[in-house]
Amino acid sequence: MSACKDKEQDPRIEGIASTIRVVPDFPKPGIMFQDITTLLLDPKAFKNTVDLFVERYTGKDITVVAGIEARGFIFGPPIALAIGAKFVPLRKPRKLPGEVISEEYVLEYGTDCLQMHIGAVQPGDRALVVDDLIATGGTLCAAIKLLERAGAEVVECACVIELPELKGRERLNGKPLYILVESG
Amino acid sequence: MASEDGKDHRLARISSSIRVIPDFPKPGIMFQDITTLLLDHKAFRDTIDIFVERYREKNISVVAGIEARGFIFGPPIALAIGAKFVPMRKPKKLPGEVISEEYALEYGTDKMEMHVGAVQPGDRALVIDDLIATGGTLCAAVRLLERVGADVVECACVIELPELKGREKLGHRPVFVLVKG
Repeated sequence: MSACKDKEQDPRIEGIASTIRVVPDFPKPGIMFQDITTLLLDPKAFKNTVDLFVERYTGKDITVVAGIEARGFIFGPPIALAIGAKFVPLRKPRKLPGEVISEEYVLEYGTDCLQMHIGAVQPGDRALVVDDLIATGGTLCAAIKLLERAGAEVVECACVIELPELKGRERLNGKPLYILVESG
Repeated sequence: MASEDGKDHRLARISSSIRVIPDFPKPGIMFQDITTLLLDHKAFRDTIDIFVERYREKNISVVAGIEARGFIFGPPIALAIGAKFVPMRKPKKLPGEVISEEYALEYGTDKMEMHVGAVQPGDRALVIDDLIATGGTLCAAVRLLERVGADVVECACVIELPELKGREKLGHRPVFVLVKG
């Protein structure tokens, strides 16, 4: 786990990186799972994480923070509250009540689906997409598509962790990605 | 949708921002949808503020949020009061060592899990979810926390459905809610 070195290194980032726990062979053998729950157990690290995002996005006229179920629900709302934006949950199928739009995306084997409420986002909304981690970028890509289909402008994707070897950055339809720590 | 305490002017706006969806997830159920509250920045801000005002001087060291809508309300509260946030999850979502608590559904059972080591004896805990219905999920969360020696100070939800008697299920442990449905 290394803190990002390709930008000015904020002194808070090292501390954040050190709170993330790696759990081997989860959810299946060979995968080194990046566990942010230990970050959440450190109030200072959690606050610093949120502050770094808030400082970046304050004053950028962001009107929507879209968080991807479920760990995006942990980081997205504090950011939305601090910058004065709506929070929009992007969910697995059949969780959101009422009318939704759906976007299918590819998994290693098979496909999955991400949904958003109709009417949550309007044309002209300026949106962030937030998740704990970007791996292959499949989920983030689906999120971007949902927001754009509703007429929003996706300003940036923001994650705590990136797994750069999986090249998720290239799957974001050209949208910028901001992350705090890289792993692997 | 009635307000719990007419004296707090913020509650009227919070209450009116919640959308009721009939026949979800199945016929006959009037689903209390808080996503519309989350679209109203002032209502969402006020919701968190009311909880924070209540808990900030109470030496709360853990906020446990129940997957998934408890993940939306719990972390902002935890951040504001300086507590750890502990996610309480469906089976097989948490990596590493967990403890599990089974609970009854209308048909069958489900399980809730918490990480071993997240909570210590003597931790003072809140349990957060968007809504209390039968109290089954909250009860499982309380049990998990008590099993590791935490003192569960209160359960806090945005909405209560009093007809479903969730408070009874919790053995009349303290429950704080903002609006009743």
